Amino acid sequence: MITFMNNSDSEEEPCNERTSLMSAESPPVPSYQDGLQASEAGEAQAHRKRRTGSSRSPNNIADGDTSDSGVPVRESVLENEEEELTLKYGAKHVIMLFVPVTLCMIVVVATIKSVRFYTEKNGQLIYTPFSEDTPSVGQRLLNSVLNTIIMISVIVVMTVFLVLLYKYRCYKFIHGWLILSSLMLLFLFTYIYLGEVLKTYNVAMDYPTLFLVIWNFGAVGMICIHWKGPLQLQQAYLIMISALMALVFIKYLPEWSAWVILGAISIYDLMAVLCPKGPLRMLVETAQERNEPIFPALIYSSAMMWTVGMAKPDTASRGPSQQTWDAAEDGRENHRSPLHADSQMSETRSPVPTRPTTSFEELEEEERGVKLGLGDFIFYSVLVGKAAATASGDWNTTLACFVAILIGLCLTLLLLAVFKKALPALPISITFGLVFYFSTDNLVRPFMDTLAFHQLYI
Amino acid sequence: AFFWLVSLLLSSLIWFVAVKASDPRDEALQKGLLIFGVMFSVLLQEAFRFLYYKLLRKAIEGLVALSEDGCSPISIQQMAYVAGVGFGLMSGAFSMINLLADALGPGTVGIHGDSQLYFLTSAFMTMVLIFLHTFWGILFFHGCEHRRWWEIVAVVVMHLAVSGSTFFNPLYVGSLVPSYLLMAIAATWAYLLSGGSVQNLRRFLLCES
Repeated sequence: MITFMNNSDSEEEPCNERTSLMSAESPPVPSYQDGLQASEAGEAQAHRKRRTGSSRSPNNIADGDTSDSGVPVRESVLENEEEELTLKYGAKHVIMLFVPVTLCMIVVVATIKSVRFYTEKNGQLIYTPFSEDTPSVGQRLLNSVLNTIIMISVIVVMTVFLVLLYKYRCYKFIHGWLILSSLMLLFLFTYIYLGEVLKTYNVAMDYPTLFLVIWNFGAVGMICIHWKGPLQLQQAYLIMISALMALVFIKYLPEWSAWVILGAISIYDLMAVLCPKGPLRMLVETAQERNEPIFPALIYSSAMMWTVGMAKPDTASRGPSQQTWDAAEDGRENHRSPLHADSQMSETRSPVPTRPTTSFEELEEEERGVKLGLGDFIFYSVLVGKAAATASGDWNTTLACFVAILIGLCLTLLLLAVFKKALPALPISITFGLVFYFSTDNLVRPFMDTLAFHQLYI
Repeated sequence: AFFWLVSLLLSSLIWFVAVKASDPRDEALQKGLLIFGVMFSVLLQEAFRFLYYKLLRKAIEGLVALSEDGCSPISIQQMAYVAGVGFGLMSGAFSMINLLADALGPGTVGIHGDSQLYFLTSAFMTMVLIFLHTFWGILFFHGCEHRRWWEIVAVVVMHLAVSGSTFFNPLYVGSLVPSYLLMAIAATWAYLLSGGSVQNLRRFLLCES
């Protein structure tokens, strides 16, 4: 799936990637992968010819003087080879996505289980004004549904606003927005998080040290995300800000509202990416028309930075700048997730925006990277974190949700390879996660508890 | 792992429904329902292992069709091993993780007259189950591949026997010893089926080339 991305150096890829994943909500980056796929598919045709020309020329020469009838056969053989390569690299990409998603979830679950702050109820966001402390079940349900409606409409408004800004070329505004949100996330939320962790472990830290630590962390984070930096450091920062955002959500969303919001946002993701009038789709199409990369701000990518060391100096110089620009946008959007929905849009980052003439051979192996929107990270972690926080202290539920989400991600990537167009990454995983959470908490837990009590094994 | 999880879900659904529909104060009935739940869960797990085999078979056919030289990059034996490990890990994790979390906290083992070896025996039992699942995966897939139904039946019977032996807990000699014996049998059987032999073993241990 993602492999095509590398082959097609066009800028369209980023556009495609983004649109598929970007659901209007700021935090979740719907399925940028979808975008990637779509772009890849489109590119594949054009590039296949070029690639086969460049990389397969030895074979072709060996074939030598094949007759015309042999040519279509060869092309189909090459198509098969490409498909096989796709599958092979597709599997590698699945693993490349599993690791960051797992890391993010581990950070969130570890924090939830050890730091008491994130499970205490200390008020709600203004986006969920209705309280859930009502006496009757019906009232509580109604309040959570109203909260969800408000939250989702905020997200939709934000996304549409972002699409309009993009349409009317207000790039500076978008940049500023993204920088502001990543600033807030990297400094303020990290400060709060560090404070709570130190409180939990009863470690004293003086203000100068704290200032130094937070300043360095935040400054390096800003540079890494919005400009240049080592790939792994950038990935680590993106994982950390996703985890911080997820923790904020877990703390400030009331219980039932959180579950209903998770369900509603996966439906919204599905609609925003697949419907012809969906905001994310419009964003991608606009970016494609203008032939420029969509905001790469909120996308986690696994193989971008190596392009800096590329042979062609022009592409190399362009690549990093584009990437950093994208990264910045993504970062903002992510931070803004509670505040606006645009973050999803910036999810797609084009690893190699444009490369008119590239040595395919060198690029083929290294360029294959995979991108996932940060909003997806955030909502997966919210689901697993909520399961860890509210499932009667049961680890089985957390584990079951974790496995369910990973399998959903696998299936989404598989569908991406099959359909070769943008697909939302949230629905399948969130559905599996919700189903497994509720069923494990209510059905499996009494069963396993009784078994453990009698020390029976199944 | 996912397939094991789904089978666990369905079996606990059945048990839950049965428990809710029955009288909670009748001890013997509850015990009987629990035994029924365990057996049913074992059968469901094996059924899901079979379903997983079918799925992997289709996947291998797809990979073979796509590959250049007609063989898939991963063989069915490797898939059998991985499937077994997945089942085992999931089953082990679900059995042990709550125990481990509780072990971190304060408390005394067996203060109400239960066995003091609870944690230790649980750990050993989980370990033997994980190994057994791995070997059963290999045996089961081999039986399905070569249409040897008696191998499949043997796996199911072994699983039922191991689960049944845990009914002897806390008389641990009745559950741990048979389980380990069965594990040794399954291990040698799986090793022989995977192409191992005494010569291979000797060469490996003596580091001969």
